[in-house]
Amino acid sequence: MILVALVLPLVIAAGIVLAGRFSDNLRESVTLVGACALAWVVWGLLPEIYAGQRPELSFGEILPGLSVAFRVEPLGMLFAALASGLWIINSVYSIGYMRGNKEKKQTRFYTCFALALAATIGVAFASNLFTLFLFYELLTLSTYPLVSHKGDEATVKSARVYLGILLCTSIGLFLPAIIWTYHVAGSLEFTPGGILEGKIGGADVGLLLALFVFGVGKAAVMPVHRWLPAAMVAPTPVSALLHAVAVVKAGVFTITKVIVYIFGVDFLFSTPSSTWLVYAACFTIIAASLVALRQQNLKRLLAYSTVAQLSYVVLAAAVLKPLAEIGAAIHMVAHAFGKITLFFAAGAIYTAAKKTELHQLRGIGRRMPWTMTAFTIGALSMIGVPPTAGFVSKWYILAGSFQAENLLAIFTIIASTVLNAAYFLPIIFMAWFEREPEGGKNHGEAPPLVVLAVVATALLTLGFFFFNGSVIELEKQLVQGMAQ
Amino acid sequence: MSLLELLGYFNYWVFAIVLSIGLYTVIAKVNLVKKLIGLSIFQSAVFLMYITMDKVEGGTAPIIQKGVENQIFSNPIPQVLILTAIVVGVSTLALGLAIVVRIKEAYGTIEENEILDAD
Amino acid sequence: MDLTPHLPALQVIVPMLAAPLILLLQPRGLAWAGATLVAIFSFFIALTMAVAVSKGAHFGYDMGGWTAPYGIELYVGAFGALVLVIVTGAAALSLLAARASIDSQIELERQPLFYSAWLLVLAGLVGIVVSADAFNIFVFMEISSLASYVLIAGGPDRRALPSVFKYLIMGTIGATFYLIGVGMVYMMTGTLNLADMESRIGGVTDINPILVAAGFITIGLALKAAVFPLHVWLPNAYTHAPHMITVFLAACATKVAIYVLIRFDFVVFQANLSGHQLQFSLFLMPLALLGIMVASAVAMFEGNLKRLLGTSSVAQIGYIMLGASFVTEAGLIASAAHLFNHALAKGGLFLAVACLAYQYKDLRLAQLAGAAKTMPYTAAAMVVCGLSLIGVPGTAGFISKWLLLSAAMDEGRFAWLLVAVILISSLMALVYVWRIVETLYFKQAVAEAQSPKEAPGVLLLVTWVVALANIGFGLFPQFPLSLSSAAAKLLLGHVL
Repeated sequence: MILVALVLPLVIAAGIVLAGRFSDNLRESVTLVGACALAWVVWGLLPEIYAGQRPELSFGEILPGLSVAFRVEPLGMLFAALASGLWIINSVYSIGYMRGNKEKKQTRFYTCFALALAATIGVAFASNLFTLFLFYELLTLSTYPLVSHKGDEATVKSARVYLGILLCTSIGLFLPAIIWTYHVAGSLEFTPGGILEGKIGGADVGLLLALFVFGVGKAAVMPVHRWLPAAMVAPTPVSALLHAVAVVKAGVFTITKVIVYIFGVDFLFSTPSSTWLVYAACFTIIAASLVALRQQNLKRLLAYSTVAQLSYVVLAAAVLKPLAEIGAAIHMVAHAFGKITLFFAAGAIYTAAKKTELHQLRGIGRRMPWTMTAFTIGALSMIGVPPTAGFVSKWYILAGSFQAENLLAIFTIIASTVLNAAYFLPIIFMAWFEREPEGGKNHGEAPPLVVLAVVATALLTLGFFFFNGSVIELEKQLVQGMAQ
Repeated sequence: MSLLELLGYFNYWVFAIVLSIGLYTVIAKVNLVKKLIGLSIFQSAVFLMYITMDKVEGGTAPIIQKGVENQIFSNPIPQVLILTAIVVGVSTLALGLAIVVRIKEAYGTIEENEILDAD
Repeated sequence: MDLTPHLPALQVIVPMLAAPLILLLQPRGLAWAGATLVAIFSFFIALTMAVAVSKGAHFGYDMGGWTAPYGIELYVGAFGALVLVIVTGAAALSLLAARASIDSQIELERQPLFYSAWLLVLAGLVGIVVSADAFNIFVFMEISSLASYVLIAGGPDRRALPSVFKYLIMGTIGATFYLIGVGMVYMMTGTLNLADMESRIGGVTDINPILVAAGFITIGLALKAAVFPLHVWLPNAYTHAPHMITVFLAACATKVAIYVLIRFDFVVFQANLSGHQLQFSLFLMPLALLGIMVASAVAMFEGNLKRLLGTSSVAQIGYIMLGASFVTEAGLIASAAHLFNHALAKGGLFLAVACLAYQYKDLRLAQLAGAAKTMPYTAAAMVVCGLSLIGVPGTAGFISKWLLLSAAMDEGRFAWLLVAVILISSLMALVYVWRIVETLYFKQAVAEAQSPKEAPGVLLLVTWVVALANIGFGLFPQFPLSLSSAAAKLLLGHVL
């Protein structure tokens, strides 16, 4: 089944290319059917994982100690299920959006999207650092054409920043971190409890951790966050699924995996030189939120909000307590639901009204009630107001921080909640309660497919507040055997 | 090392000096034909070195004759080697000159600086 | 009759004898067909030997039945087999793809001469590899060099002439330096056979001439191999040569010189010469590091596509030398593997350039804007090979980069510096490769957008075979790696 999950997106990509030759409708049906099939395959793995099994697949060694191999474990399962599930909704949305905006080169768009999904599944299921790195780079490369989709001067420039930062950090820092790990531990296998304990010590631990954290540029810990705002030149479906879910989550997912399975939580907890990560994450959260406050462009604001939210996950992982690790996993899901809703809404506004700036949003709630309701739900989830998904994950991260008695983490979470409210609430207020300026364009709701997708993800955001038991159950396996 | 010993290495001194002259000419001259002349001098120095080392004092040509026992003769291998090397040197020179002719046809000059200016 | 023991001799003799015969094949196309067949046949010989060698065999051959040290010995071990596969493979693939490209660049009546010279280069290069006799290596080196001067100068571009003149001068100086070194070793040991030299050097009382000889040989071969800063002949020669010649030479010519350099140093000098460490490691390592950095930096700002790739070759040669200069097994494996992988990546890139040259006479980057629209398959192949050059995981380039980095990690005090240089230069490679990709895909075309018009089928096919080989050997590198590690063990066996 792992093999099917990996190969299926590739088959879909090939199918899209072929179908693109004949008709747009056929191509989009292939995308949709493919997305559903992938979700079905990935979700089909769930029962096994719940039962405590860890299905494996290996393609043999490339070099001694370097193998392309896959093993499904709870965190990766969660990530893959999330990405493949949201791909269905995103495909629906893409079709509406791309048609609504009459974008060019749609075949390339859908093909690269499928490839990006293949890479995401690869990252999620990788059983060692090398395999993860392989698919991590594939993900960067396959998303580059999506970011530079428009092809004009400004877009290509942004895409260059995107690719430059992601590849430079991964080759310049991530790769040496991997080689260093291999050098001292003689293995790159993700092992519960870590592989580095006793092999490395002192300041080296902090240094290696730094190489990993900043090398995984996709996690957007400051100062390697610049690519994320730059990536906002992409069409909105890309920003929504890739730059709120697949790509950025691949980053924090990698960091969480490295902390849990390479370093080992207990080992890191006992090593003082690793505490800087908490500071770095806290700084990123606060700084990104402050920057977000000053943004005038809706998508850029969302991008900076994403930077901050990603560091929540990093912070949660860095707190190094079981509850916080669960919080990290759940926040990946919660943030995904919330942020994809927000991006969908932003794209819907763009499709219907061509509006991108905040000040243009006055009174838009009356013209696009469905979209703005969804936006409101997404924003509340970002702030962490019940009954939304964001509340659940924040609760766990806070609980973990209390467990670790980490005052800085607790303070940061509270402060950033205030900041989140400070930049989201004015938008909501503006959209619903202010008057639309005279002479504006007369427009209604976005295309039905777009609205359908927005509403669906908004419902997921709400639903996750009530039905999160199964996810937490799954992730408890992650921290089994960890010291409380 | 006494003066006599130093003089004893006369051939090797000549080798080193000729080698340097050749190399200097190759580097310093801008005229392509002069460069080739330098290259030839440079190679000839090496021939001299090979020929010098095969000489055995009192040795003759290595021809086996009837009735002559225990004859001392010079080492034939370096001579053979250098014969080959001379052939290689000649072909290099020929090819080099051919290229110079083509350069003259294409650029109308064989001065290196003028060729560089032309492109 | 079992021909297997005669393979090393056949490897040289077949292309060498075929070269004059090609001249007789005057009608259009026949010369090409003949040369291609010979190259493919050589490739099969090399593969047969490589397969046998990877099972632990090795080939020794006494020419004319005269045993070493009196006769000339041929020897093919793991390292030689690897280089033979590179050389003959490059020759076979480039010749196979060459016809249309050569037709457009070389006049018809001169073509038989041209293909004949091509086979002579091949014969010379394989001769260098199989020969175990120091002087014989010199002769083959000059055969291949002289013939390759002819090939480079054969194109329509007049700038090729001054470039090839420079190459001729520097190449000859390099070869002559090598000859001086060999002469001095012969003076002290009385033998030209490499293995024999190894055993006799130990008995030499006055070691100074040998040290001087080692210096001459190292520098002479470094000139031939275009090791920084002795590389100045390379970028121009590659830029102005006919496109298919660039493919062939870039893939294998300098590699053979590196092969001789490494082989000579490890077999003859390394074990027997106190103080040679200084001449080899401490001399080559800084040069390799400088070469990697400087050449990569220059390539980042180069405007002509072919010269950009040529300059990048200088940096890549730096990687190969760097691995060898560690004098460890891991380093040598990395070097040998990079010989192979770089040939794949650079060969593929230059093949793609040859494809591009069909539509774009001017190969400056500015003129190539939007070429991906006109030639989508060519551009895609270029991206794949470019990724391999950068060393993105999943491509052949990554394998050697990984090996090199792991080898550098073992270098103790300087490990961090070495790792930093390799990584920074990889990032520079990223910059210059991405300049190409951006130009091809995301820049507006200068001229009117043409309808897709690809290069001829065979050329494109070969380009894609090489591009896919870059991925194939990135995921299944067992074949070159087994040869590389056997080669490293063999070479170090002389040292320890």
